[in-house]
Amino acid sequence: MFKDRLPWYLPSASTFAPQVDALHWFLVILSAVITVGIFVAMVFLAIRYRRRPGVAPGGIEGSLRLELLWSFIPLVLALGIFAWGAKVYFYAMKPPKDVMDFYVSGKQWMWKIQHPTGQREINTMHVPLGRAVRCTMTSEDVLHSFWIPAFRMKKDVVPGRYTELWFQPTQTGKFHLFCAEYCGTLHSGMVGYVYVMEPEEYQRWLSGNVGDPPEVAGAKLFENMRCVTCHAAGAGQRGPVLDGIFGTTVALKGGGEVLVNEEYVRESILHPLAKVVNGFEPVMPTYEGQLGEEEIMQLVAFIKSLKPPAGATK
Amino acid sequence: MSTTAIATARERHVDVETRETYLNHDYSWKSWLLTVDHKRIAILYLITIVFFLSIGGLFAGLIRLELLTPKGDLLDAETYNKVFTMHGAVMIFFFVIPGVPAILGNFVLPLMLGARDVAFPKLNLASWYIFVVGGLLTLIVAATGGVDTGWTFYTPYSSTYSNTRVAETAIMVFITGFSSILTGLNFMITIHKMRAPGLTWFRLPLFVWASYATSLINVLATPVLAITVMLLALERIFGIGIFDPKAGGDPVLFQHMFWFYSHPAVYIMILPAMGVISELIAAFSRKRIFGYSFVAFSSLAIAVLGFLVWGHHMFVSGQSAYAGLVFSFLTVLIAVPTAVKIFNWTATLYQGSVEFATPFLYAMAFMGLFLIGGVTGLFLAAMGLDIHMHDNYFVVAHFHYVMVGGMVTAFLGGLHYWWPKMWGRMYSETAGKFGAVVVFVGFNLTFFPQFIVGYMGMPRRYHAYADEFQVLNVLSTAGAGILGFGYFIAGMNLLLSIKFGKVVTDPNPWGATGLEWQTQTPPIPHNFDVTPRVTEEAYAYHGKETTVVH
Repeated sequence: MFKDRLPWYLPSASTFAPQVDALHWFLVILSAVITVGIFVAMVFLAIRYRRRPGVAPGGIEGSLRLELLWSFIPLVLALGIFAWGAKVYFYAMKPPKDVMDFYVSGKQWMWKIQHPTGQREINTMHVPLGRAVRCTMTSEDVLHSFWIPAFRMKKDVVPGRYTELWFQPTQTGKFHLFCAEYCGTLHSGMVGYVYVMEPEEYQRWLSGNVGDPPEVAGAKLFENMRCVTCHAAGAGQRGPVLDGIFGTTVALKGGGEVLVNEEYVRESILHPLAKVVNGFEPVMPTYEGQLGEEEIMQLVAFIKSLKPPAGATK
Repeated sequence: MSTTAIATARERHVDVETRETYLNHDYSWKSWLLTVDHKRIAILYLITIVFFLSIGGLFAGLIRLELLTPKGDLLDAETYNKVFTMHGAVMIFFFVIPGVPAILGNFVLPLMLGARDVAFPKLNLASWYIFVVGGLLTLIVAATGGVDTGWTFYTPYSSTYSNTRVAETAIMVFITGFSSILTGLNFMITIHKMRAPGLTWFRLPLFVWASYATSLINVLATPVLAITVMLLALERIFGIGIFDPKAGGDPVLFQHMFWFYSHPAVYIMILPAMGVISELIAAFSRKRIFGYSFVAFSSLAIAVLGFLVWGHHMFVSGQSAYAGLVFSFLTVLIAVPTAVKIFNWTATLYQGSVEFATPFLYAMAFMGLFLIGGVTGLFLAAMGLDIHMHDNYFVVAHFHYVMVGGMVTAFLGGLHYWWPKMWGRMYSETAGKFGAVVVFVGFNLTFFPQFIVGYMGMPRRYHAYADEFQVLNVLSTAGAGILGFGYFIAGMNLLLSIKFGKVVTDPNPWGATGLEWQTQTPPIPHNFDVTPRVTEEAYAYHGKETTVVH
């Protein structure tokens, strides 16, 4: 009767989860020892030295040695906790090279997820077991936060920029997905599930749900929005040719340079005059209001997929 | 002294009306509402702060009732969001932040210093009026639309999307902040300039050191809150585009500005409480606090470090990982001065002469509850673990352990300790002890399950939640009922003692050290007939026995 009302245990379903749990349980044990130890010491001393007629209180007022000891030991423990926590955090900051690129957009009050092969989902996310998944994410309105407790992974989604998280599932199953940053009326309804499937089952699921991969949709947008007018070599070229540009560093007009990543591509589409590539005039129009966040993500995927032109040196 | 709950008629009326006290020298409304006596101002704060505490508590009750079931069935979503926002805003701005300084600090600080009053008595009254105006207007806003952004007002939800009275609430917070700033200024100057002859810094009671550190934070940090909420109000009204990305703004900037105040704010909440604990442990073990200077300096260290750690609220906000490293490192360092206090308080009991009176029970409760709150802060300071814990119920449990288990427990202990001095009456010791025990049990039952349900995956600020979290939520709500009952007993015991408690005329009913216990109970309006001269250190018990037993 109570079984589904009890949090029996939280699955440890990603490569990240056991690292988080190890630190967590270490801290639980350390905290229990410290708390019980001090509380018991306090109660013991209070009772042992309770007021009794004829017994005067003592005069001991301090001890430099003790002060240094109980400053030094907490300091060492504190620094150790910091170092361990930092190590775990940096694992989450560095996705492996071989990742599946998903795109996630949060909006009041739903999660929109796009697979690298084009399938789109709302509030659910089907992923294959054993592959690393990287989510490039943004919000279309207010702050939200993408949290999968079973993976111990969470990151806020922020309107106006991209944030990123990654995970590699280690168990098949159905796992809660929650919005974890208060976002208004239906914040507690902005929930769903992540389904981790065996690779063959995932392939079957994919073929039952077709759609353009993001880079194909992005290629279509590139054509329809006439980007090719300015961004192709030839008489009409007014902007950099984009083949192979993703991941390189370009010099900017007016000095400085910038890494051509997802963030810069998005900025160039919405605020093209912010960082103009050296050698070009500031003439690109903005596409703000004409392209939504999901379409921008498709253009990003397309530009990422462009190889350097044959024979080009850089 | 006897420990019967209700004093006999004779004991009630003995000599109460013949001596002049700060309470009886004028009964008119004007003499209270236009008082510049720090002791009366403390009583005015006591009445208004307890009022706001009750409102905040009512909202807490509604939250816990809703969370008995996984579905959102008691309140609709928007109402629930307003209720948890108001619970946080009222409790934080109108109870926990002002609580100990405005009530206990105002009453006791000048007495401890051997002074007639604070440095600027009229400014002190102004602080109270600002507080009351801010608070009443906030309640009016709450009753006529309310606000549903959470007490943290994150943008762009608060600045652009919410349909509630954000700008008005922001202005109320702006106004109320000045109450804290002026009180902080007043206390700092009083401590610098109005100490009795012979009362050097290192002879000061530790409550004064704690109040000084708190006042530093009040004066330096609160203006940043004022600026932050002012910018929020301007963005809300005029759409200037500081935080809205569609207008070129940065929503995360708000978080930096907000937490730059709100993290030091939590040290405003806890440092005075820690000062109270030092007083209680010294008085009820009749010993000088072990490692006095270490405890004094630890208050200052916590105040300074507290300004440097605000980014630990933002590890998953998109903040740079390298900034996060710096914040995490500085955050764990605060464990050191905090640990120093805990160890020193415990060591004070060694070879002490301990009396288990009600204030001491609260001090012991503080030690246990604050300890749990403090160590769970380390869980959150560890960046990798915070990825999972941020914005779930583990955080909620952590801050309630430090704020309620810490501040409220110490506040109650201090209130019971200085109560006879304030009113010339003693409460029932039996009811006092009973209340303390019920509070301790109820508190743990309310908030400990929240650590577990948070780790298990329950997000905070959820109106409806996943089925498997229900059992722990039911336990938590049951605990809240017990906790409320405990506070009711404690509050009633104190309230009824004003009229029915045994009369206390002894200047020093506890046999404690400190200048506040060298003057009349209750004090005369100008505190001391003759300015005292101090020749001894603080807590100069010198291994002397006492004949006082309660």
